[in-house]
Amino acid sequence: MTPRTGMIRAATLLIERDLRLAFRRASQLCHPLVFFLVVTTLFPLSLSPQPSQLRDIAPGVLWVAALLSSLLALDALLKSDAEDGTLEQLVLSGQPVVVLVTAKTLAHWLVGGLPLVIISPLAAMSLGVAPDAMLVTAEGLLMGTLTLSFLGSVGAALTIGVRRSSVLLSLLVLPLAMPLLIFGARATDLAMAGEASSGPLYLLGALLAFTATLAPFAAAAAVRIGVE
Amino acid sequence: MLTAKNLHQWRGERHVLRGIGFALEAGQLLHVAGPNGTGKTTLLRVACGLSQPEEGELDWRGQPIARLGAEFFWDLAYVAHDAGLKGDLTARENLRYAAGLRATASDADISSALATLKVASCADLPTRALSAGQRRRVALSRLLIGSAPLWILDEPLTNLDAAGAALVLELIARHLVSGGMALVAAHGELALSIGRISRLELT
Amino acid sequence: MWLWIHKLGSPPHFYRIAGLLTPWFGWSAGVLIAAGVVSGLFFAPPDYQQGDGFRILYVHAPSAWMSLFTYVVMAIAAAIGLIWRMKVAHAVAASCAPIGAAFTAAALFTGSVWGKKMWGTWWVWDARLTSELILLFLYLGYMALRSAYDDHQKADRASAILALVGVVNVPIIHYSVVWWNTLHQPASVTKLAAPSIDPSMLLPLILMFFGFNILFGALLLTRVRGEVLMRERNADWIRERVSQP
Repeated sequence: MTPRTGMIRAATLLIERDLRLAFRRASQLCHPLVFFLVVTTLFPLSLSPQPSQLRDIAPGVLWVAALLSSLLALDALLKSDAEDGTLEQLVLSGQPVVVLVTAKTLAHWLVGGLPLVIISPLAAMSLGVAPDAMLVTAEGLLMGTLTLSFLGSVGAALTIGVRRSSVLLSLLVLPLAMPLLIFGARATDLAMAGEASSGPLYLLGALLAFTATLAPFAAAAAVRIGVE
Repeated sequence: MLTAKNLHQWRGERHVLRGIGFALEAGQLLHVAGPNGTGKTTLLRVACGLSQPEEGELDWRGQPIARLGAEFFWDLAYVAHDAGLKGDLTARENLRYAAGLRATASDADISSALATLKVASCADLPTRALSAGQRRRVALSRLLIGSAPLWILDEPLTNLDAAGAALVLELIARHLVSGGMALVAAHGELALSIGRISRLELT
Repeated sequence: MWLWIHKLGSPPHFYRIAGLLTPWFGWSAGVLIAAGVVSGLFFAPPDYQQGDGFRILYVHAPSAWMSLFTYVVMAIAAAIGLIWRMKVAHAVAASCAPIGAAFTAAALFTGSVWGKKMWGTWWVWDARLTSELILLFLYLGYMALRSAYDDHQKADRASAILALVGVVNVPIIHYSVVWWNTLHQPASVTKLAAPSIDPSMLLPLILMFFGFNILFGALLLTRVRGEVLMRERNADWIRERVSQP
C-alpha cells in the first residue's frame, strides 16, 4: 500500500494544480492587471493631469487600485471548486483543510497578486512617482497583496454558497483591509517625500504575519461550513 | 463497519432525516432508495462526515466519525452527484491530483483505472470536452485507485448507458467480495451478481 | 451556574425567562435615561469651552460605547453558538447586529451634529468618527452575509466566523485609524473629546451610561424572543402555547 501523502507534498500538489488550471486560461490572468492600470488612469482623467496634483494623490490611487483589482479576482479563489464538487473532495482528502486553504491562497496570490506587484512601477511612473519610492511601493504592495489574499480567502470561504457574491465579498473584506491601506499608502507617501518609510513597512509586515497565521483557520472553518 | 443511530438532520426549515439508523458491514451494499427530495443526498453527506447531524450517532469501526476526522476520510471514497472533476484538466491529471492528495498514484494505476472504466481514450482530453457519461466514468475510476473500504456513491449510474451501468455494478460487486462495503443512493433498482444488498427506503 | 446557563440555551426556557425580565429592564432603562437626559440638559453647567453644545456628549458617548460593547457581545454569542451549537446563542448574535448598527448610527449622527456645532461642517474625518463608520460597515457586512443565506443554520455559522474575525480586527482597525489621524491633523483641533470633566457634569453621563446598557438588555431580550419565535415556529412548544387560551 502506498504511503499517505504528507501535508507539504499535498500543499505543493494543490498549488501545482491551481497554477496549471490558471495557465490553461492564460488570457484571463491579465484581466486584474489591466483593471489595475485602467483604474489608475481614471484619476488623472477625472481630476487633472498636473504632475504636482498626481504626485499628491499617487499613494492613495495606487493602493486603492491595487485593493480593488485584487478584490475582483478573489471571488475565483473558491468558486469554481465549490461549483464542480472538487472543494468537498479536498475536504475529504484527509489533509488538514488549513493547509489546503493556505496552498490555494498562495497559488491565487502567485497568479494575481505577484504580477500586480511587478507591474506596479508602471502605474507608479504614470503618476510621477520617483524610482526609489517605486521600490518602496512595490515592497509594500508585496506584503499588502499577500495580506489581502489571506483576508480575501476568509471572505471567499464565507460566501461559497451565495450567488453573485463578488460585491458581498468586497463589502466584507474592505473594512478589514483598511489598516493595510493606511499603512501602505503612508509608506509610499513617506518614500515620495524622501523620508524613511520603514515604520509603515514594518507595520505592514506585522499585519501580514498576523493575517497569514490566523486567516487560514477562519477560512478552513468557513470552507467546512460551505461544503455541508 | 459503519453504523448510524437515530440520525436527524434539517435542511433549513425542513426536517429531512427523521431518526435514520442502519448498519453497514463488509461485503454489504446498502441501497438508499426513495423519491426525489426525501433526503438521499443529505443522508449520504452526513454519512461522509461532510455534514454533521443535528442529533444521532454515526460510528465507523466503533468510533464516532466526528472524532476520527482524517482517519475516517482515509477509509472513504465518495463520488457525489457532481462529477468532482476540473473541466480544464485532462482525465489523467484530474485523477493524479485527486488521488495524489491522499497517496501517490502512479501513472500505471491511473491508466489501468481509466481502462477498466473504458475511458482510456479520453485520458488526455480535458474533461469539459467529454460527454456526461464519460465524465461519470472518469469520476468513478477514482474508486479504483487507492483502496478505501467504504464507498459512498450518490446516483452513480446517472448518464451511463446500459453497458456502463452493468460495468459499474460489476465493479461494486467485486469491491464487496474483496471485503469492501458500499452505501449507494439510487433511484432505480440495483442488481448485483454477488454480494448482499440491503435496502433503506426514505420517505 | 452552568446548569442555569444550559437551561437558558433551551428555546422555550429562554423565551419564558426573557419575557419575565424584559419589563424590568425596560422600565429601569427608561427611568435612568430620563434622569440622565433631565440632569444633562438642565442641571449640568455649560462647559467653559464648548458652551451648551457639549451636551450632545451625553448621547454620543454612551452610543459609541454601546456600539462596541454590542459587537463584543455579538462575537461572544457567536462563539458560544459555534462551539456548543446552541441555537439561542445564534439567535442572540443575530439580534445584536441591528441593535449594534443602530447604536453606531446614533453615535455617528450625534457625532456629526456635534461636529457641525463645533466646526461648522457636518462631517469630519476625526479618528473616532471614522472608526465608528468602519464599525458600521462591519455591522452592515455581517447583516448582509446573514441575509445572503436562505438556510439559517448556514447563515448562523458563517456569520459567526465573520463576527469572530471582525472582533479580532476591530482593535487593529481602531488603532490604525487613530495613527492615520495623528499623521494628518494636529491632535487638538478636530478631536471629539469630552471636555475635562467636572463632577457635576459626570453624573448625567453615568446615568446615561447605565441607562443605555440596560436599554441594550431590554432591546436584546425583546429581539431574541422574536428571533426564537421565528426560528422555532414549527416546534411543538410553540403550538402548545398558541393553542392554550
